[in-house]
Amino acid sequence: MKQLGIVGQSVKRRDGVGHVTGQTQYVDDVFYPNMLWLQMVRSPVARGKIRRIDTSRAEAMPGVAAVITAQDVPNNWYTILCLIGIEPNDEPVLAHEEVMYEGEPICAVVAETEDIAREAAAQILLDLDIEEQPPVLDVEYAIRPEAPAIKKWGNNTFMYDGMNHRRLRFGDVEAGFAQADYIVEGTYQLSPIEHAPIETHVCVVKPEPDGRLTVHTNTQALYFTMDNTAIILKVPSNRLRMIGGTVGGGFGGKVDVITEPITCIAAMKTRRPVKWRWSREEEFRYSSTRAAVKMEYKDGVMKDGRIVARKVRSLQDAGAYHRHSPYGVQKHMANLPGPYNIPNVWVDAYCVYTNRQPSSAMRGFGVTEASFAIEVQMDRIARTIGMDPWEIRLINAYRNGQMRPVRKIVEDATLVETLQAAAQLVGHELPEHLRAMSSDDYHGRDER
Amino acid sequence: MTIHRGRGIASVNYPTGMNLGGDPSQALIFCQPTGGFSVKLASTDLGQGLKTVIGQIAAETLGVPLDMVVIDTGDTDSAPHCMGTFASRGTHRIGNAVIMAAKEAKKALLEVAAEELEAAPEDLVVADGEVYVKGMPSRKKSVFDVALAAHFKHGKTISGRGIFMKPKSPIDPETGACDPDSTEAHATTVADVEVDDETGEVRVVRLSSAYEVGRQVNPEMVRGQIVGGSVMGMAHALMETVFPYYPSLEHHTGSFSEYIIPTAMDVPEIQSVVLEYPSSNGPYGVKGVGEMTANSPIPAIVNAIYDAVGVWITDLPVTPEKVLRALEQKAAGN
Repeated sequence: MKQLGIVGQSVKRRDGVGHVTGQTQYVDDVFYPNMLWLQMVRSPVARGKIRRIDTSRAEAMPGVAAVITAQDVPNNWYTILCLIGIEPNDEPVLAHEEVMYEGEPICAVVAETEDIAREAAAQILLDLDIEEQPPVLDVEYAIRPEAPAIKKWGNNTFMYDGMNHRRLRFGDVEAGFAQADYIVEGTYQLSPIEHAPIETHVCVVKPEPDGRLTVHTNTQALYFTMDNTAIILKVPSNRLRMIGGTVGGGFGGKVDVITEPITCIAAMKTRRPVKWRWSREEEFRYSSTRAAVKMEYKDGVMKDGRIVARKVRSLQDAGAYHRHSPYGVQKHMANLPGPYNIPNVWVDAYCVYTNRQPSSAMRGFGVTEASFAIEVQMDRIARTIGMDPWEIRLINAYRNGQMRPVRKIVEDATLVETLQAAAQLVGHELPEHLRAMSSDDYHGRDER
Repeated sequence: MTIHRGRGIASVNYPTGMNLGGDPSQALIFCQPTGGFSVKLASTDLGQGLKTVIGQIAAETLGVPLDMVVIDTGDTDSAPHCMGTFASRGTHRIGNAVIMAAKEAKKALLEVAAEELEAAPEDLVVADGEVYVKGMPSRKKSVFDVALAAHFKHGKTISGRGIFMKPKSPIDPETGACDPDSTEAHATTVADVEVDDETGEVRVVRLSSAYEVGRQVNPEMVRGQIVGGSVMGMAHALMETVFPYYPSLEHHTGSFSEYIIPTAMDVPEIQSVVLEYPSSNGPYGVKGVGEMTANSPIPAIVNAIYDAVGVWITDLPVTPEKVLRALEQKAAGN
């Protein structure tokens, strides 16, 4: 590897001193004179039909500047993935007919202080009339035909090219099982978890004299947020100016475009600056989580440790709406076979909807879950056939030049090398034949 | 009561860039009158160090000291499109865009310098903030002087545009065939744990990892990702859930008093080595190391628990309750 100059040097990070001395300016540090505060009225039930939204008493409260309902949203579809072709629209920005999860936004109160906004929101919640329905919560139940369809298209899964799952088909998995000396099965379940950023979601919008809106945002993706906000507001994107670039913890939790559209609408309606900052409770209970994922693995293995067939069924709990889950399941599908050379692979991966707070992007989503299942499965195989866990991985690790189940030739493989380096790091002596292995020791001959 | 020690390993791959591609990022670079370079990005530094590594990549390509480069992010009025900070894509995508922009700016710089030094542009070298004629280090001008001349004598702009995009791969709905990634980084983590068979508590004693991330732009910040990811992965394995009785909605967590995440006191010993096998398409051979560091600790810890007490806990998080129930079942012969 060619030695370079400044690339490769551990120079001090540019934002470190500001962060640790409290001098970094975050979005919540932005204040404007005459600024209003926003609070959201959220669904008290996991599933229900909205009979009546009565905002009159709240609107009459002193200090309340405006109440925003679905009628105030020019294009009331929350469509974050429409720009990359994921449809149909399934999530309203503000609910008006039905609610699909506890905490779903119904209307927003804008007031002179945060306390007044909170009191007025509580009043609207009291005046709200919702007919509660039994929620669908279990993914295995949700995909059964007798389960009530909570999605308008008539079932509870995302439809990929007309199919209710994404699939991978490589080789002949049943022939692989027939040939195998051992069948090893395992079921793996991950729970929904929270990004838990130190900084919760915050947005400040200032209407400018020239008619534009300046949006202070802690999004992880400024243009993505701007373009999606413009679609919801039905304005050209250049009416908006997004200012961000400093985030107090992202981890995938701040790519949902969840605060900016409503805060913009509030600022347009009141012609005053508006701030919306989420409480810790809102961040936990109503921001997207990492999805719960259930995976069932069935592997066919030879006595010498070679995995000759792998069949996986995976169910991802997307919660009530798409968010980034249909994308995550596609990434999941491609990664479910793992970094191993397996000639026969069958994967069915489902994106399933339930009446739970939506899941969405989170650090490594789609891959984290697959890696967990695969690597525990690898140890199960090793224990079942009586082989060392280092050896089972080194034997099966994919090599450069081999074909992955997605039909891409492996070209940057170094799994073997990291195994060897990790063994060395912890003082675990690998036998000579494993030390001699390399990611480049495949030369086009595959005896399988 | 007995404390049982166990060791588990896990090896992972991680794709660089948005799945299937189609996620462009752009960069603009311009030179100020006194030779400072401003890099305009609409990207977001989440605290992972994007501005720092992009500064290093820009300085390397331009041939100027790091403190002559300003990285300006976070304003859609002043910078072109960037898809965003996610999918371990930032250093790879934005780094490539910045190299392209920096090369164009450098070409403009050399054209002005060539006139000033009465030499051909291809015979010039930029290093440490000076432009000199190859083989004749005394025939030189500082970037400061070249920039001044460009602005006020030649009326030339020293600037550059850059973009990187891996075109979006189609996906075959019948077979799943697709090109999901730009490159793959790899890692193996070894977890050493202690399991208390009376309380069911698992203590992670040590996480030891070997990472392969292409070329490291900033080794200390790669180490930072490994340490941070190790702790986040450990918490995912042992502590975190917003629905403790999933799929039930009961006891949905709403605060840090119910949803426990690790503090400094919970951090185990963390050791790591980093291997460098440059990728073919990353800037200077970079691969993404952002997300993956939280992945390998999870199965390594679960495997270590089996090694310690002989039970598979495959339903995360591995709470003391689950460990005790599994040990009871095992003792009962199930």
